[in-house]
Amino acid sequence: MNVPDDLLYTETHEWIKREGDSIRVGITDHAQSELTDVVYVELPKMDRAANAREAIAVVESVKAASDIYAPVKGKVVEINKALEADPGLINREPFGQGWLFVLKVDSPADLAKLKDAAAYRQQIG
Amino acid sequence: MSTFRLGGVTETAQKTTPLYEEHVRRGARIIPFGGWLMPVQYTSIVEEHQAVRNNIGVFDISHMGQFIVKGAGAGDWLNAMLTNNISKLDVGIGQYTFLLNEAGGIIDDLIVYRIGDQEFLLVVNAACVDDDFNWLNQHRRKEVSLTNRSADFGGVAIQGPRIAELFHALFGPDSELPPRNSIVDLNFKETTVSVARTGYTGEDGVEIFFRAEIATKLWNAVLEKGEKLGIKPCGLGARDTLRLEVCYPLNGSDLSPEHNPIEAGLGFFVDLSKPSFIGRDVLQRTKENGPAQKLVPFRMEGKGPPPRPHYTVFSNGERIGEVTSGTLSPSLNYGIGMAYLSAPQAKIGTKIEIEIRGQKFPATIEKKPLYKKS
Repeated sequence: MNVPDDLLYTETHEWIKREGDSIRVGITDHAQSELTDVVYVELPKMDRAANAREAIAVVESVKAASDIYAPVKGKVVEINKALEADPGLINREPFGQGWLFVLKVDSPADLAKLKDAAAYRQQIG
Repeated sequence: MSTFRLGGVTETAQKTTPLYEEHVRRGARIIPFGGWLMPVQYTSIVEEHQAVRNNIGVFDISHMGQFIVKGAGAGDWLNAMLTNNISKLDVGIGQYTFLLNEAGGIIDDLIVYRIGDQEFLLVVNAACVDDDFNWLNQHRRKEVSLTNRSADFGGVAIQGPRIAELFHALFGPDSELPPRNSIVDLNFKETTVSVARTGYTGEDGVEIFFRAEIATKLWNAVLEKGEKLGIKPCGLGARDTLRLEVCYPLNGSDLSPEHNPIEAGLGFFVDLSKPSFIGRDVLQRTKENGPAQKLVPFRMEGKGPPPRPHYTVFSNGERIGEVTSGTLSPSLNYGIGMAYLSAPQAKIGTKIEIEIRGQKFPATIEKKPLYKKS
């Protein structure tokens, strides 16, 4: 399973890419593989505020709906509209075109609480 | 994402079928279902679904219960226990039917095959084996014997348009595919298996019932012979999307003791001309007065999330019922489902709304089946 070294991770299978004082967020390769067949994505509203671990998006497979959480406190400044037309991007390119949203982080220090690749690899076995 | 809720059922399960090791060995994702650990998918629900619609797929149905009822008057007794009419069955034919409680509520839906003049095979839902057995046993007449052979027998469903090719590859070019709803005994290796031309996917196919010892041998033979036909081992996920596209009900979701077969729109499998069977009087009244609620299929309009069980259904701002089954249809590529709605609104073509995470999405009541082979 692909777990890129340059990303951070949550226990709930989101990946986080640091971009200045913002973070880009998606779901991991492991998560998309567990879900398979992503058929619908509900993105967060632009400019909404989110608390850490607040459910702000939903990814639905054929079988079930799964909540996606804000990894840290922040504000939604970008959403991946392409997923509305092509939710399968999450399966095909989980770390690339399948990203979900960008959060402007309230306090960059919060990112220290996230997992590095080695810790996430250990979690998913 | 917090948890992967691919299964929808969260009770702890312990029982495994004789094919469990094969499922694990072939990389299936396992979930608890009705007290069993079963494969929900091997590779992808959509791929497995398409294999069944376009070529062929095979399912482990060993978790389903198998009862043998026999003895003098077995047919008469079953006719008093089940809704459909046993006397219409010649030896070697099966029918879909219901087991009801005194209030007409559905305990289970099942297939009964007449396998001898006074001998019957009942194939019941996995989660209902104990309830069904106890209910039947409680009402059993002393000259009739009832045996639960589930632990010693397995089953597979082989479904899809290429069934004839696979059947002949398995049983020899001269063997004859049984006609629809028929069941025959055939030789496989050194044993006898029962092959029924039945299934629950809306495709042509067979269900094979066999002694548990040969489960692995048969399963692997099916996959090997089916390889050049594009066969896929399939899980419960594809089984659910396939059955829902053709509006076959799932007990525990669309059927329950709170509803009777008339409300479920399945009166075709109830013979009210029979003088008596458990639940008959309630069904007669429901038929005369019209049901208060009806189970109807619907489709989502436009782009929106797929419907799921327990979502609320509205019409003109008024709550009219609840979704019992829902998914994104892999064949139709839009959201489909079934819901119990108050009868006046439960009419084909009626516009309804499904509430999903606080927002209402438009849908339309359709006629059965939602998917029809072109």
